[in-house]
Amino acid sequence: MNSRIGKAKIEVKNLTIHFGKVQAIHDVSLDIQPNEILSIIGPANSGKTSFLRSLNRLNDFEPRLRINGSIKLDGLDIRNDIEAEDLRKRVGMIFALPIPLPRSIYDNITYGPRLAGLRDKTTLDRIVEESLKAAYLWDEVKDRLRSSAQKLSGGQQQRLCIARTLALRPEVILFDEPCSGLDPISTAKVEESMLELRKSQTIVLVTNNTKQAARVGTRTAFFLMGELVEIDATEKIFTAPRDPRTNDYIVGRFG
Amino acid sequence: MTNEGARQRIGFGLLLAATLLVVLPVLAIIVLIVTKGWSALSLEFLFTMPRDGMRAGGIFPAILGTFVLVLTSIAFALPIGVMAAVYLSEYAKDNVLTRIINLAIINLAGVSSVVFGLFGLSLFVVFLRFGVSIISGALTLGIMTLPVIITTTREALRAVPKSYREVSFSLGASRWQTIRHSVLPFATPGILTGAILSIGRVAGETAPILFTVAAFYLPKLPHALGDQVMALPYHLYIATTQIPGVPENYRYGTALVLIGLVLVMNIAAARIRSRFRRKR
Repeated sequence: MNSRIGKAKIEVKNLTIHFGKVQAIHDVSLDIQPNEILSIIGPANSGKTSFLRSLNRLNDFEPRLRINGSIKLDGLDIRNDIEAEDLRKRVGMIFALPIPLPRSIYDNITYGPRLAGLRDKTTLDRIVEESLKAAYLWDEVKDRLRSSAQKLSGGQQQRLCIARTLALRPEVILFDEPCSGLDPISTAKVEESMLELRKSQTIVLVTNNTKQAARVGTRTAFFLMGELVEIDATEKIFTAPRDPRTNDYIVGRFG
Repeated sequence: MTNEGARQRIGFGLLLAATLLVVLPVLAIIVLIVTKGWSALSLEFLFTMPRDGMRAGGIFPAILGTFVLVLTSIAFALPIGVMAAVYLSEYAKDNVLTRIINLAIINLAGVSSVVFGLFGLSLFVVFLRFGVSIISGALTLGIMTLPVIITTTREALRAVPKSYREVSFSLGASRWQTIRHSVLPFATPGILTGAILSIGRVAGETAPILFTVAAFYLPKLPHALGDQVMALPYHLYIATTQIPGVPENYRYGTALVLIGLVLVMNIAAARIRSRFRRKR
C-alpha cells in the first residue's frame, strides 16, 4: 500500500460532536490510511454523515455545532493549523444527490480551480479533460462541454460531480452515499471510478448499501447511535465481526 | 353524493365570485381612466410644457420628473437593499440584534408615506441641507422602498437551494465567493422582481415627494440632482384640487400617462429579468 505503513492520512482522536443538545458523535477515534477505501456503514441516525462532514468541516455552518477531540490531516490539526477553504480543496466531497450547478459542464468542472485563482485557458482545458476522463465521463460529453450540466442524466451528473471534485486534485475524497439515487449500472460505474481513484487518493465512503461496502471497501467501520462499534478489514467485518451488534446489522441486511 | 356535489359547486362559486370581485375594480379603474383620458393624449400633451396656468399645453416636465425620481431612488435603494439582504440572510447570526433589525424592517414597511415625507424634509432637506431637490426626494422614496427590496431579495436568496452553497464550499470557495458565484446569480431574477415592485410604488407616491422635491409649477427641465422637479402624482393632485377649470380629460390624461409610464418601466425591468433567467 504505502511505504510508510502506520503513518495515517487522517487521524481522528476522541471526536465528539453535538448539535445543540443532540449528541451526534460520541468519542470516536480511528485512523484512515493513505490509499485505502474506508467504508462507513450503519443504520440511519448512526452519525456516519456527521462524522464524514466533520472531516472537511462542512458542518461548521450548523448554528449550534460543538466539536471536541481532534482531527489531523497529515499530522496537522484541521481546525487550528489549516484554513477551512484550503482543507476543503485537499479533502473533496461527493454528495448523496448529484448537484450540478446550473452552469455548463465546463464551468462546473472549472468552478473550484478558477476560484482558487487559476485563469490560464490551456491549463483549465487540460484539467477538464483529465478530470472527466478519470470520472469515466469524457467520451459521453466531450462534444458538448458548453451545454448545461443539468441536462445530463442522473448517473452522468454524479460522475460530473466526481470530475468536479477531482479538478482540485484532492488528496482525500469523501463520498456521502454517492449511489443512493442511482440505478445499478450507474452505481457500477461510480464504484469502478472509486477503485481507480484509490491508486492516487484516499477515499472515505459512507454508504447505506452494505453490499457496496463489501465490494469496494479495504476496511469497513460500523457506526451505531453515534459510536464506532467496530473497524476492521472488510472481509473480517463481513465474515467474522467481533461485536454481535455488527453481525446483527449485517445479517439483518442480508437476511 | 348529490349533496356533496352541490356543496362543491357552491364552494367553487364562492371562490370564483371572490376572484371576480378582485378583478372588477382593477378593470373599472382602467376603463374609466382610458375612456376619460384618451382624448387628451397627443404629442403636445406628452412632450411640451404646461400653458395657461396648467390648463393647457403638456405635462412633459412632470413625466420627466417622475422618470428621474424612479431611476435615482432605485439606483440608491437597490444596491443598499440587496447588500443588507445578503448580510441578513447569508452572514447574520440568529441573535437579538438580527431580530431587532428584522422587526425594524417590518415596521419600516408599515410606516405611512406622509411620515416618510416629513422625515425626508427634516433629514435631507433641512438637516443635511440638500434643499428641496431631486436628491432629497429620491433618498426619501428610496428609504420608503427599502423594505420591499430587502424582503424580496431575502426571499430570492432563500429560494437558492442550500445544496448549491454546500457544493461551492466543498470546492474550497470562501463564503463571499460562494455568495458571489453560487447564490447571487441564481437570485438575480427574484431581486429584480423586488425592483419592479418598487417602481410602481415610487412612481405613484405623492406624500414623500410633497415636501422634498415636488414643484407646484416649474416650466423648465431639471439639470442637476439639486434641482426641483414636477412629478405626475403631485401634478394630478394639483390639477384636480387646486386649479379651477382644468379640462377633465387633462386630469384623466395625466393619470393615464402615470399608469402607462409605470407599465413601460415594468416591462423594461421584466425584459432585463428574463435575460438573466435565460443566462442560466
